Amino acid sequence: MCGIIGFIDRTKSRIDGSSIKAALSLMNERGSGYGAGYAAYGIYPEYADYYALHVFFDNLAKPKKKVDEILQQWGEIVHQEEIPTTPQPNMQKVHISWRYFFKPSEELMAGRMTSEDDVVTYIVMEVNSNVKGATIFSSGKNMGVFKASGWAEEVADFYRIQDYKGYIWLAHNRYPTNSPGWWGGAHPFNLLNWSVVHNGEITSYGTNKRYVEEYGYKCTLFTDTEVVAYLFDLLGRQHELSHEMIVRALAPPFWEDIDQMPPKEAELNKAIRLTYGPALMNGPFAIVVGTDDGIVCFTDRIKLRPLVVGENGNRLYISSEEAAVRILDPEVKNIHTPRAGEPIIARFIE
Amino acid sequence: MTLGSVPSKFKVSIDRDQCMDCGRCIENCSYGVYRREGDKILIESRKCTACLRCVSMCPRDAITLTEKPVDYRSHPIWTREVREDIIKQARTGKIILSGMGNVRDLPIIYDRLLLDACQVTTPSIDPLREPMELRTYLGKKPSKLKFRKTESGDVELETKLAPNLKLDTPIMIGHMSFGAISLNSQLSMAKAVTEAGTYMGTGEGGLHRDLYPYQDHMIVQVASGRFGVDIDYLERGAAIEIKIGQGAKPGIGGHLPGEKVNEEVSRTRMIPYGSDAISPAPHHDIYSIEDLVQLIRSLKEATEWKKPIFVKVAAVHDIGAIAAGISRSSADAVVIDGFRGGTGAAPKVFRDHVGIPIEVAISKVDQTLREQGVRNEISVIASGGIRSSADLAKSIALGADAVYIGTAALVALGCRVCGNCYRNLCPWGIATQRPDLVSRLDPEAGAAQVSNLIHGWTMELGELMGAAGINSIESLRGNRNRLRGYMLDEGTLKVLDVLPAGA
Repeated sequence: MCGIIGFIDRTKSRIDGSSIKAALSLMNERGSGYGAGYAAYGIYPEYADYYALHVFFDNLAKPKKKVDEILQQWGEIVHQEEIPTTPQPNMQKVHISWRYFFKPSEELMAGRMTSEDDVVTYIVMEVNSNVKGATIFSSGKNMGVFKASGWAEEVADFYRIQDYKGYIWLAHNRYPTNSPGWWGGAHPFNLLNWSVVHNGEITSYGTNKRYVEEYGYKCTLFTDTEVVAYLFDLLGRQHELSHEMIVRALAPPFWEDIDQMPPKEAELNKAIRLTYGPALMNGPFAIVVGTDDGIVCFTDRIKLRPLVVGENGNRLYISSEEAAVRILDPEVKNIHTPRAGEPIIARFIE
Repeated sequence: MTLGSVPSKFKVSIDRDQCMDCGRCIENCSYGVYRREGDKILIESRKCTACLRCVSMCPRDAITLTEKPVDYRSHPIWTREVREDIIKQARTGKIILSGMGNVRDLPIIYDRLLLDACQVTTPSIDPLREPMELRTYLGKKPSKLKFRKTESGDVELETKLAPNLKLDTPIMIGHMSFGAISLNSQLSMAKAVTEAGTYMGTGEGGLHRDLYPYQDHMIVQVASGRFGVDIDYLERGAAIEIKIGQGAKPGIGGHLPGEKVNEEVSRTRMIPYGSDAISPAPHHDIYSIEDLVQLIRSLKEATEWKKPIFVKVAAVHDIGAIAAGISRSSADAVVIDGFRGGTGAAPKVFRDHVGIPIEVAISKVDQTLREQGVRNEISVIASGGIRSSADLAKSIALGADAVYIGTAALVALGCRVCGNCYRNLCPWGIATQRPDLVSRLDPEAGAAQVSNLIHGWTMELGELMGAAGINSIESLRGNRNRLRGYMLDEGTLKVLDVLPAGA
């Protein structure tokens, strides 16, 4: 059981984090004080061309020196600083949260790694599996994840969430069940511009994990949700599938429905199930994914977790509970609950 | 000869108070244990194989069978088996022949693997109320899909799918040839797999014309003897399997004794009547992996690229690298046969000592194919010692797409695993060609029994998956997180990539 929130303004008009915090705190019953987090897109316009790497350091001595070294090897650190925080009485500061604005040199990478994204993906995998005391938990452009162990409002106040303004917000109130309540295990999970908040438990995790590992991803954060971010990166960025097709791969129609489809559509869905069977996600989940061009949300194929969607003009609100949506926007309209596996996709208006 | 006789393996006795002297035991025993002398049924226990035909046919439950009525002095190293094998070879100077699978008392890894179930945090799924998808496709899969937009703006699939076999349940019946087993056995199984929406193998015995109605559910085999192979045979099969090796006897060929080669077998196999059918150890046109590629492509070309081609190998030490080679050979599936795999006839030393367990072989093959980034592109079929739906679920969780069963299907037909398949005397009408014995097996009844078994396992698999919160077979495949090892050593756990129970 967890509480999730997704917000997008399709015209890229930004809102600050205060209403997100209020809505997330409303769902404290769905959490347990062991983890909360926020992801916001559009928060670093002055560094929009650089990768914003958010890192948990156990200390600023050895681990940071190593990360600095790796980053300098692979490109240029344009700016770096500790992420501003305000101490909270009931929250223990376990890690130092740091951010780098980074420009990778893609010519350093050989073989199939060609884009800047590949260099950054490599760095994230390398640091998270091999540098003790450092975890890169956010690596997109003009966006960032802020998360820790604590209640929703404590984590928000700790990171001063109200000071950030974004056009996409994701938020998560955690009740950990399948992994310890540590900072890296809090949601959102992120890789490049993919961020994921997830309510549920992925029973196919072992299969999904082994599938993404074939493509060089490494699951290091002890939580099933991590694999969702990698699945989106693999299918979306590397295989260039549309958001609709990614959702179709991760939560495909049942065979009994495919058998009823017209031949062409049936063939397409069969091809997806055959090719992306190892990516199929099983078990209960409601998921919101933040991407470069909007947000995607969907539930498992038999909808074992709640998801409510509301709209108001160019704004779309998603949450586990309708009450939270109403906190985000008391004027919200067209509140509805999507069917099992049905994708809800909102893109920016160009 | 100074060796004398060895103690009888079994002692058969009849409770004379119970016996009604009906003589069914005499009629049923093809091994000649019983005979009538005067008004008495006499027993020759030494001939008994414990096939239990007499016991199951006796209307009065009057027959008792005891194992090892006279035993040797117990000795931890010089066991009865060791001593008797030596005596046999001292007598004959020959290779000892045996039937069925490995009999050594080695730990069974399946029995030390435990499955997972959901509690509280994740709901389990009730297959009676929710969809439970076991449908499995075997064959080549694309590594990724390409789409294109049509002029009307619709999304269309650009990638073309290779032919795949569609299985309603991931249980198939492995290759047991006509010749090794009777036509009625094959007919029973063919009817069963057709009814259950799955497939069976022909073995290296050709395809008898009575099986043509079921050919869409038959996988035809091309083995080193090429018995029964012509273009008609290849075209009839739903898929073609090249048999390189077999778990019961890795590294050697097959042997069908001439006694079993009657007129029908001779015609179907395309070999002379009464002659031994001996398959060479290697295919004489495959001396390396590139030769295999040529054979696969020739078979594909001959059948217009319409049929998946499987390659079956015995699970041997380097199975990972072997499977990786096969995965690059344009084969659509690789079949791995573990060292417990059964057979009609194999040299005992091979059956009991060559090859590795199927559980570690699945794990290793799955891992190697993943390291090459091709795991989902080729199907993996596991066989050799799969006894229950639990073994099936564990095989899939370790990484198999589907399994072949062999002995289990025969047991469903009546086989009691007596291990005398090579003698053409099978009293259950299974591993024999003697018409009077074959007629004991009614194909309709046999089909119902085998199909019941497949249905039972299929339901159990669905229940196991539902309990684990999984409603689609692809989410169980390779999901080693849902397995734990119990009393397995660290090395084995590492190869299986499974955590110990409690971890």
